Amino acid sequence: MRGAVTASGIEPLDLTTVSDEDCPILHIDMDAFFAGVEELKHPWARGRPVIVGGTGGRGVVASANYAARRFGVHSAMPMSRALRACPDAVVFPPDGASYRRVSAAVMDILRSVTPEVEPLSLDEAFLDVSGARRRLGGPVRVATLIRERIRTEQRLTCSVGVASTKFVAKLASTHCKPDGLLFVPARHVRAFLHPLPLGALWGVGDKTEQTLARLGLRTIGDVAATPPETLRRELGVALGDRLAALSQGRDERRVVTDAPDKSIGAEETFAEDVADAGRIGRELLRLSEKVARRLRATGQVGRTVVVKLRRDDFTTITRSRTLPDYTDVGREISATARSLYAAAGLDGARLRLVGVRVEGLRAAAGVHRQLALDEPESGWRDAERVMDLVARRFGPAALRPAVLAERDEDDV
Amino acid sequence: MKFRVERDVLADAVAWTARTLPVRPSVPVLAGMLLDAGEHDGRQRLRLSSFDYEVSAQVAVDIDVEEPGTTLVSGRLLAEITRNLPPQTVEISTDGAKVVVSCGSAKFTLLTLPVEDYPTLPAMPEMTGTVGSDVFAAAVSQVAVAAGRDDTLPMLTGVRIEIEGDKVTLASTDRYRLAVRELTWKPQDPELSAVALVPAKTLADTAKSLTSGAEVSIALSAAESGEGMIGFSGGGRRTTTRLLEGDFPKYRALLPDSFNSVAEVQKAEFVEAVKRVSLVAERNTPLRLAFADGRLVLEAGTGDEAQAVEVLEAGLEGDDIQIAFNSAFLLDGLNAIDSDIARLQFTTSTKPAIITGKPADDGGASDYRYLIMPVRLSG
Repeated sequence: MRGAVTASGIEPLDLTTVSDEDCPILHIDMDAFFAGVEELKHPWARGRPVIVGGTGGRGVVASANYAARRFGVHSAMPMSRALRACPDAVVFPPDGASYRRVSAAVMDILRSVTPEVEPLSLDEAFLDVSGARRRLGGPVRVATLIRERIRTEQRLTCSVGVASTKFVAKLASTHCKPDGLLFVPARHVRAFLHPLPLGALWGVGDKTEQTLARLGLRTIGDVAATPPETLRRELGVALGDRLAALSQGRDERRVVTDAPDKSIGAEETFAEDVADAGRIGRELLRLSEKVARRLRATGQVGRTVVVKLRRDDFTTITRSRTLPDYTDVGREISATARSLYAAAGLDGARLRLVGVRVEGLRAAAGVHRQLALDEPESGWRDAERVMDLVARRFGPAALRPAVLAERDEDDV
Repeated sequence: MKFRVERDVLADAVAWTARTLPVRPSVPVLAGMLLDAGEHDGRQRLRLSSFDYEVSAQVAVDIDVEEPGTTLVSGRLLAEITRNLPPQTVEISTDGAKVVVSCGSAKFTLLTLPVEDYPTLPAMPEMTGTVGSDVFAAAVSQVAVAAGRDDTLPMLTGVRIEIEGDKVTLASTDRYRLAVRELTWKPQDPELSAVALVPAKTLADTAKSLTSGAEVSIALSAAESGEGMIGFSGGGRRTTTRLLEGDFPKYRALLPDSFNSVAEVQKAEFVEAVKRVSLVAERNTPLRLAFADGRLVLEAGTGDEAQAVEVLEAGLEGDDIQIAFNSAFLLDGLNAIDSDIARLQFTTSTKPAIITGKPADDGGASDYRYLIMPVRLSG
């Protein structure tokens, strides 16, 4: 489903007239994520019901694709019951390493939009895209862009809710699944919320639902119409106040990005396979600059540079080198990345994808820095910090290394 | 080929030649050691050679030749065998495509490698001058300690040798420290002016292994004669090494000439204290030094981790100073100075410091300087 909530229900989105300035929160939710990754790994399973989960006596379903869901299979269901409901399903045991790898790539796409990313799990994240307007456009446009990139780069679908609060954005993404986009304008939040069942309220479990049902409350709208004092008396001050606020569409929680990253990376799938070492070197430079920018934006430094190179036949090699010192300088990351590429023996090989990742992260504030003899008082680090300031206002393409500049026909 | 030689003489010569055998030879014959028995320089001698296209080594020892000849055998195996032979006369002879090594009651038969495939060793460049072998070995080890180990910056893995008449300057740096040693030598041409960049590890090994003779001859190929090469010989041993290419940093400009503080500390105490205190310094966390009021306070670790502190007596002229170093870099410098008292010269806590030995006469300059870049503390 793709649409926007209006006074008269959900209507198709019109990107030209959409007014989404006050709705900068996005909730991205991958559709049947584990099952989707397994379908990519095992193309023969595509189109068939796919279940990921434990296959032992007490195994439960971790994820099921939509073909399986049509038979009533859902996550947390015992596997034995799922297979009775859907005997033709293909079952895969969970492969955490693959899911983490794809998840990291998806999160990289999100972080290329804005550093304000709050991952909730491998397949879910909140974004605050207020800062991306000048560069990429309004939240709905950004949401469209993210869906497009995840689809073409990772060959997976996701659903995105766009709203003014985290709570509503999450409900919106759930509402439009699968492969959907739902925009809930601030002024129509109540119209969207009030018909929803109580269980959709954040913090309402079975027990609270029973308590509220005793009061005759069945929908979020019923809660909104209840005096806050009543809710406090029945549920306690904290929960009562929270439900009163949420039922009005109020949610003060901000997108928090402080969850420490294990690594920061960026990768690029070429539109056509590339064998030219010069062009691959430039791409590594561009990705290194991007990674360094994100390291600086999040106040981190890293020590290990990893390069990922995927040939046209999909065989992938990674090479890494640990630097003598922590860095957040694009120059240093790209010098290492390029020398790793040079040493990988893939000269002249046609590459489909290249990636640069920095691992071994820690907070820049806690790292002492060994000074080098040939380091000028103000060096690349300072130059790149100035580039950050420019990029924040005019986007990452505004100022960059000369070799990455694209020649314009008007250039002399 | 057939000859006899004393076991100790042979074992020494084979072991020295085997040092430069490549660990993973690019072509199989390079794992071989060439044995050439015959008349060399008017004497009956055995010449042993090894070569890996970078470094060549050759040694000649006196033997009794019964039948001159040349053969190529696995160098590692020959070194293992000769080291374990009893202390008696060894007889080596060829038997068809095999080599027989007999000593006392032991007898080994080795396969040979094709001599005709073995590359010709580079000719030794013309002798440029000589230097005392012990002085040379000490000077090289003082400097090589600061050389880089990162092969992606090859010019920093070398020791730069600068010759101006009878003065030789050795220098190396890994960007974080810089070691410079000056010494005198006896050049063939008193007007000679030359530079060379020699792989530091090879140079250090070579200098150490040439102390059996009193002097080392140095032979530097003229720059215009194609590929740069340097040769060293002494005590019947000669070795050549390909020079490194690339621009060595203009290091003289990096050496500060004025300081705000000069401290002096007993070297042995200082080294012990640095080793102790840095036990709590995790990788990449620095050792902090504070010089004030005739004392040096060494500290490592922070409130979140283990901490250590130790206080030493220290002379100080000039401003109090607080500065932090990578403890391994500091130890390398302290261990390299040739004096019981270490002298440290500082400008500020973010500028390079210089470590030297305290010169015998107070006004004199030290012939060895170790420059070390500090660590900038965060926050």
